[in-house]
Amino acid sequence: MTIQQLSLFLENKPGQLKVPCRALGDAGINIFALSLADTQQFGILRLLVSDWEKAKAVLEAAGCVVNISEVVAVDVPDRPGGLADALEIIEQAGLDIAYMYPFNNRAGEKAVLLFRFEDPEAAVQALQAAGLPVVPSNELFELLEG
Amino acid sequence: MSTLVIENRIWDQAETMPREELRALQIERLRECVARVADVPFYKQAFQRGKISPEAIKSLDDLRRLPFTTKADLRQHHPLGFLAVPREQVARFHGSTGTTGKPTFVAYTADDVSLWADLCARFLVAGGLRPEHTVHIAFGYGLFTGGFGLHYGVEKVGAAVVPAASGNTPRHIMLLQELGAQVLVCTPTYALNIAEVARAEGMDPGELPLKFAHFGAEPWTEKLREQIERELDLIAFNNYGLSEVIGPGVSGECAARNGMHIQEDHFIVECINPETLEPVAEGEEGELVFTSLTKQAMPMIRYRTRDIAFLDHSPCPCGRTGVRMSRVAGRTDDMLIIRGVNVFPSQIEQALLRVEGTAPHYLIEVDRPGTLDEVTVHVEIRPEDFSDRMSEMHALRDRIDREIQSVTGIRMNIELVEPQTLERSAGKARRVLDHRREKDMK
Repeated sequence: MTIQQLSLFLENKPGQLKVPCRALGDAGINIFALSLADTQQFGILRLLVSDWEKAKAVLEAAGCVVNISEVVAVDVPDRPGGLADALEIIEQAGLDIAYMYPFNNRAGEKAVLLFRFEDPEAAVQALQAAGLPVVPSNELFELLEG
Repeated sequence: MSTLVIENRIWDQAETMPREELRALQIERLRECVARVADVPFYKQAFQRGKISPEAIKSLDDLRRLPFTTKADLRQHHPLGFLAVPREQVARFHGSTGTTGKPTFVAYTADDVSLWADLCARFLVAGGLRPEHTVHIAFGYGLFTGGFGLHYGVEKVGAAVVPAASGNTPRHIMLLQELGAQVLVCTPTYALNIAEVARAEGMDPGELPLKFAHFGAEPWTEKLREQIERELDLIAFNNYGLSEVIGPGVSGECAARNGMHIQEDHFIVECINPETLEPVAEGEEGELVFTSLTKQAMPMIRYRTRDIAFLDHSPCPCGRTGVRMSRVAGRTDDMLIIRGVNVFPSQIEQALLRVEGTAPHYLIEVDRPGTLDEVTVHVEIRPEDFSDRMSEMHALRDRIDREIQSVTGIRMNIELVEPQTLERSAGKARRVLDHRREKDMK
């Protein structure tokens, strides 16, 4: 039920972001979602892509440090207060969010958010038990195609 | 670990000479030494510039008027420009190991060789050697001074020598077993190698008949001493020397094993700040400088060893009066002075090892933007240390920060960088980028 996410270490200097993006582009890999956490000194770029295994190989060949971690895609009600309600459930389930960012949803009917939890598997179970729809990776990518 | 107690035996009463007497002897011998090198071109010029003559040496303070001699000076007068006796009086040539450039030659008269043997006998006896012992020497015999120096020392004491020389560890083990040497002479790392090979052959290295070991020719640590003593069940002694000064025999440990007594009746030692060339305070680390008072063929005036150690003038229970030098902590070649504190790249490596198990590539960048030195350590991030979570990345950086501060005592900026971004030249990583030096040169 979890989604493989690629994280990249980037030094905070001009042109650093372009290198991995160009490498993925040249390999025909599409970026579906991204988030960038930055400090004055370095940044962490997190990516959801069409083919994570190939992307990892391509990025490593380009000299990037790549880490694979699992994120959980959650279908959040697309209305005012929808996210707050979801966060309420997450909090009650005792789950810690390391970070979160939105999934690029061009279909427009769903608001899918990506969450990084301490223990992704436990989070999936807790969310499902609490009635929050977790979107598996195959469905997530179908959203884009549909 | 061995439970042997070593009887304190003194080879030469000169080793216990009262300090006052020793100082008087040093002044007298320094005067003779200055006279002996007066025709060596390098010293002749320097003495003329400084208006120095043997008669001008009135106290040990006058030593500071004499020029330093460096490895570069020896190279400049290669091969034998420092020879102070007619060629026909030379009985022996040796050479430095040449690890930091092309080898430099040193020469000995017959008296020099005899003195050398005596100096080695002193520390060997201090470290338990007795005439009834057999000594296994696993140093190379050749231009390197280690093998011959120790060999002569053992002969002088009257013990038996097994001149096993270097290489072929299984053969060493066979010789140790069959000839039953009680004393081992080699580098500390070679002793470890012997233990390792013995174990690989299914033996307990502690079963070898060895009781003592005399190690030298490379820097080592107290931790390594404990390991070797445990594995080979012996007592290990440290000795120090360098070919330019005489070879092994400059200093060595006594049974107290609390620093190496310098044979001050034959060498004057100074401990200086390598930047200012001023003496450091007692007990402070600095570069050791030796003047070989009694050597004839190629005496050295204030030879800068580039070895970093400190001196301890406190009395030793063994009764020897020679000042003790600490283990060599490193070489000035790679030493950095940051805000007055000595820092070696190896310390950074040690700190990184503590954080991550194996040290990644790093670069120490030093600058002085205002009046204070600022250091940034660039550390290449490795895939196994990288996390998608910022909190863990900060924790990693903080751990490195803390360890570096605890090892060096200095706060440095830690900068995590992408892998393969730090410069490597010919397989060897560049460890230091000191912008202060570049500024000094402008």
